[in-house]
Amino acid sequence: MTQLEHHSNLVPWQMLAQHTGATLRYVPIDGRGVLDQAVYQSLLNERTKLVAFNHISNALGTINPVKAMTAAAHAVGAVVVVDGAQALPHSHVDVQDLDVDFYAGSAHKMYGPTGVGLLYGKTAWLETLPPYQGGGEMISEVAMDQSSYAGLPHKFEAGTPNIAGVIGWGAALSWMQQVGLEAIEAHEQALLAYGTERLLAIPGVKIYGVAPEKAAVLSFNVAGVHPYDVGTLLDQMGIAVRTGQHCTQPIMDCFGIPGTIRASLAAYTSREDLDALARGLEKAIALLA
Amino acid sequence: MESIAQREAAILEDFSFFDDWMDKYEHLIALGKELSPMSEEQKVEENQIKGCQSQVWLCAREEEGRVFFDADADAIITRGMIALLLRPVQGQAPVDIASYEFGFLDPLGLTAHLSPTRANGLLSMVKQIRLYGVAFQAKRG
Ligand SMILES: Cc1ncc(COP(=O)(O)O)c(C=O)c1O
Repeated sequence: MTQLEHHSNLVPWQMLAQHTGATLRYVPIDGRGVLDQAVYQSLLNERTKLVAFNHISNALGTINPVKAMTAAAHAVGAVVVVDGAQALPHSHVDVQDLDVDFYAGSAHKMYGPTGVGLLYGKTAWLETLPPYQGGGEMISEVAMDQSSYAGLPHKFEAGTPNIAGVIGWGAALSWMQQVGLEAIEAHEQALLAYGTERLLAIPGVKIYGVAPEKAAVLSFNVAGVHPYDVGTLLDQMGIAVRTGQHCTQPIMDCFGIPGTIRASLAAYTSREDLDALARGLEKAIALLA
Repeated sequence: MESIAQREAAILEDFSFFDDWMDKYEHLIALGKELSPMSEEQKVEENQIKGCQSQVWLCAREEEGRVFFDADADAIITRGMIALLLRPVQGQAPVDIASYEFGFLDPLGLTAHLSPTRANGLLSMVKQIRLYGVAFQAKRG
């Protein structure tokens, strides 16, 4: 694992480790929010069973070198599971090129509905793995003493699926493709550069997550001010930011802060939105001073 | 001493002079700055209120049938909020605190626009204040 993970890519592995007696090891981040690749290499050995990390950090925006990290893990025979929840909305992802074994994503991060997501797996793995839930629609033959399972992907889709959610997600994906993944990425990267410049021009603002490869998220704090106070005031001005730990407590602990203020940029964000954020932030700082 | 109802009326009157959210929050920030800080010994986990986005501490003691609260928070607006919540109940009888509804919150519009996580934090503070009322009431029998 890494120190950069969303709780949803930490807690399940902690539960699994408790169950199996496995040992968890973590790759630390540096002051920019970049994973220490030397430590990563040093942690890999023939006893490494599985490596799990995110493609893009939701709290800091760091884009991890998935392809290289995957190759290194495969070299010691480890399985690679990547949390792609933030990469799928912000970049063009090619799971085959990355060569990862598993890749996960969430519809609600991709302009789609909540309660539905995806897990990609290499066919060989999916054929080997047993079903994790039993029910209707996932079997080929059912007798009173035993059943045989249906083929992929039905083996992993027990019960009535989230039909409405999947259709809604389909519409969202069509829209993303229409706009173009490259166009969205270019738009967001331009906004990221502009937003970074606007925020850093305000005295006392510190941006957390300054990786050279970074996705469109601005996580920051104001010197001497609690992030919650800033968030509350921006909220009153109709500016939507999230404040707190962003489900990444280990990152906040690493920086020794209670949390950050985070503005997430997307296809529908504009320069005017960032101007409003900068003006709102100046107003909030004046009120809190 | 003023009753809870009298203090509640005074709060509503204070806020009636404010036209917009900025004035309200400036007032809350001022209340937060005025609240005397808790000692570090009081800022322990057992005095911490769970469910808030910032760290909030609350403790209470009883003197001659009256309850006195001390509170603190690391965010200034939260300090203002807890200071405001304590204003009607400070020094009141346990029985009155236990059943107090904090009826001024809704008319002040301080709950309407809160996101669920923020509203939860406020609710946790209200609950904890009432709980002290209940506890001291039970102790007196
Ligand atoms: C990087 C990352 N991983 C995982 C998740 C969890 O997604 P979900 O809540 O849909 O399981 C999120 C967002 O909440 C995220 O940003």
